[in-house]
Amino acid sequence: MDLGVAQNWFFLIISLLMVAASLVVVTSRNVMHAALMLVGALAGSAALFVLLGAEFVAGVLVLVYIGAIIVLFLFGVMITQVPIGTSRSLDHANRWPAATVAVATFAVLAGSAVAFFGDEEISGFAAVRTSDIGESIFDRFVVPFEVVSFVLLAALIGSIVLARKDPES
Amino acid sequence: MTIAQFLVVSAALFSIGIYGVLIRRNAVLVLLSVELMLAAVNINFVAFGSYFADSTAGGQVFALFIITVAAAEVGIGLAIVLLIFRNRASANIDELDALKW
Repeated sequence: MDLGVAQNWFFLIISLLMVAASLVVVTSRNVMHAALMLVGALAGSAALFVLLGAEFVAGVLVLVYIGAIIVLFLFGVMITQVPIGTSRSLDHANRWPAATVAVATFAVLAGSAVAFFGDEEISGFAAVRTSDIGESIFDRFVVPFEVVSFVLLAALIGSIVLARKDPES
Repeated sequence: MTIAQFLVVSAALFSIGIYGVLIRRNAVLVLLSVELMLAAVNINFVAFGSYFADSTAGGQVFALFIITVAAAEVGIGLAIVLLIFRNRASANIDELDALKW
């Protein structure tokens, strides 16, 4: 990584903040802090998308994830009455197997990525405009788009059916 | 910017998510860690989309699909957690041992 380029400094700062926020998400003893730190991690990934020239995806990520999904999580935390505030019973006692699996996964993924790609630069900054994405969705990817919208409809109906109370009870 | 630096950050986020899925007892926190893993996959898609610079913007389109599927997953997942909480008065996944004999 060449630190003479300004983009790489931005990348370094954003990614360090992201990794720190996501470490808080998995280690915090307070459920609220974990859910709110996920906002930090997702905002960092939106910033990385802007750095990669994907402004539309960054905007959608902020709207859908930070605007809707995090609020849904906060609802879930409050409804299931997870002890708000510090709690010791959020984790399993035995954390070394999980840490070993996580470190091994990171070593395999990062090691193979660095070994395969080395120092190859990202050259594709021919700006992808939002209109290009729209044409692509409704032309080349129209069948997956319809399938994913059907999945969303099924999930909507399914979550209503699951979460409502039975009428006879 | 090299492609490898984005892949390394995405791998770090993915492994932190795996750690969270394995270590957490609370079902809502397990879902939060799954969201971290999905965010890592999204970074991979957009980085490869910029790297290959295809004319269909496939990387960004599939990142949008993943965001949609993640929204569906959170809706269903939280409904199931709510149902479990209503039946068992607890959202801890290690107390769900009704299928164990």
